[in-house]
Amino acid sequence: MDLEKKINSELTTKIKKSEIRHDQLYLNIDSEDLIDVTLFIKSNENTKFRQLMDVTVVDYPENTQRFKVVYLFLSHEFNKRIILSYLISENEVIPSLTSIYPAANWMEREVFDMYGVKFKDHPDLRRILTDYGFEGHPLRKDFPLTGHTEVRYSEEHKKVIQEPVKLEQNYRNFDYESPWEGTKYIKKQTGQKNDKKN
Amino acid sequence: MTKKTKTLNLNFGPQHPAAHGVLRLILELDGEVVEKADPHIGLLHRGTEKLIENKTYMQAVPYFDRLDYVAPMNQEHAFALAIEKILKIEVPIRAQFIRVMFCEIGRILSHILNVTTQALDVGALTPSLWGFEERETLMTFYERVSGSRLHANYFRAGGVHQDLPMGLDTDIAKFCESFPKIINDLETLLTDNRIFKQRNVDIGIVTKEDALDYSFSGVMIRGSGVPWDLRKSQPYDCYEQLEFKIPIGKNGDCYDRYLCRIDEMRESVSIIKQCLAKMKKGPVKSSDGKISPPPKKDIKQSMEALIHHFKLFTEGYRVDNDEIYTAVEAPKGEFGVYLISDGSSKPYKCKIRAPGFSHLAAMDYLIKGHMLADVPAVLGSLDIVFGEVDR
Repeated sequence: MDLEKKINSELTTKIKKSEIRHDQLYLNIDSEDLIDVTLFIKSNENTKFRQLMDVTVVDYPENTQRFKVVYLFLSHEFNKRIILSYLISENEVIPSLTSIYPAANWMEREVFDMYGVKFKDHPDLRRILTDYGFEGHPLRKDFPLTGHTEVRYSEEHKKVIQEPVKLEQNYRNFDYESPWEGTKYIKKQTGQKNDKKN
Repeated sequence: MTKKTKTLNLNFGPQHPAAHGVLRLILELDGEVVEKADPHIGLLHRGTEKLIENKTYMQAVPYFDRLDYVAPMNQEHAFALAIEKILKIEVPIRAQFIRVMFCEIGRILSHILNVTTQALDVGALTPSLWGFEERETLMTFYERVSGSRLHANYFRAGGVHQDLPMGLDTDIAKFCESFPKIINDLETLLTDNRIFKQRNVDIGIVTKEDALDYSFSGVMIRGSGVPWDLRKSQPYDCYEQLEFKIPIGKNGDCYDRYLCRIDEMRESVSIIKQCLAKMKKGPVKSSDGKISPPPKKDIKQSMEALIHHFKLFTEGYRVDNDEIYTAVEAPKGEFGVYLISDGSSKPYKCKIRAPGFSHLAAMDYLIKGHMLADVPAVLGSLDIVFGEVDR
């Protein structure tokens, strides 16, 4: 695809890996190059990725570089999408895109709220979706599905209070995945994984 | 001597009928002029994305109904498309037409709600009474095809759950004949209405540049004159085979967005008609037994079908290692699903891109310098539903 060539030729040193799948361009970069790369793809005549559709993080707790930060860009002019990503470790502070794309403001707040990733130079990095005074980052893989606290109205205190979660029955997570069978095309790729389970 | 002025902080919502759900808006007012708006969201946060990570792909579908709950099937569509692209499943043509038809029904459902409640916010009661009668008819179509009026759980990867029940197509065709008259009636109440125009024209203007910068999509960007619709630019399912126009606004104010929605309803009716005309008899879901469950009749007779049924409803189907973003043109804008699968039967990560989220994020930009009374008008034309904003 032309677009991939153009971006690669302009930003040779900055792109670690590029690939086209499902009509989308997947780019891997380093976190320090983020600002340069986004400025380029936003302003260049041949790319014009004017819209930042979403910012999110994927959590891989077993890796040393735990989080993968993902940016989704859209170009109206060329009708193309870019999925830009880089890896960071848990306490790394990453640059904010708010000054380039104003839309990044809330998206980065959400990432901060859900994963605890901090952004440098963000004008207003507060929690956004969780309750006032909430602790923890719910979308991290080590955060339990049932959460830590539950709320109820207390007749005694005449207000809503928070208490540790008490479940009548523990949350049960059955492993239905059969280690033996899978359709052929999946066996090829995850064959090794299934063997481990046995 | 200079006069000392003090700004007033006003809490708008979360229990305010014009807040369209549970929005808490903290407004800083100088007299009646809004100086700053700080929306506090998350009062309806349910952790949908976390829940989806803990469910199989098929069990995750109902969560999508609960996002934008006025147009449930449009969301399911994005999720189904994501899985289909990863697994490379062919969707039978009849299923594509059924899906597109119900997505357009969803679009009408959503636009009726938005147009009429926007009118309600600025003082007109009658449109909502007329509009909701039609929504009721549309929701019975939902009910007849899926069993429930709102939370349909109807789309599947590879097609839809069931074929249309007998007689539904003729009833939908009848609705397509009668509904344009209702749109005209609504227009006689609103389009040239002096009060409605005074409240909406030149209110909440969005320029082209800002619409792009703030990641607007759907009517919010088309109202500002950007011809962008995913149904045309990145067509999915059978949209390529259908003819329809994309209404574009000129000034980017609340009134233009209202006009766009009205016209989009007309286009949707025409799309539904075309779907009904082009639909042929045939299968409605993928024939791959590893993906779609067998019919009940087969379970009683075939061992293989029984095994497939058992496997699909305990383990679910597995999805290859992959990463994908798929977006559909939902009534409110670009609704996207960023899905990461790891070869197991549960998604590793499923980020939902809700159009309302970016629209509400621009609230401060939109309302700055307007009067307090314009807040409900702007909020109404943003088309906010908290199911999807808070997720």
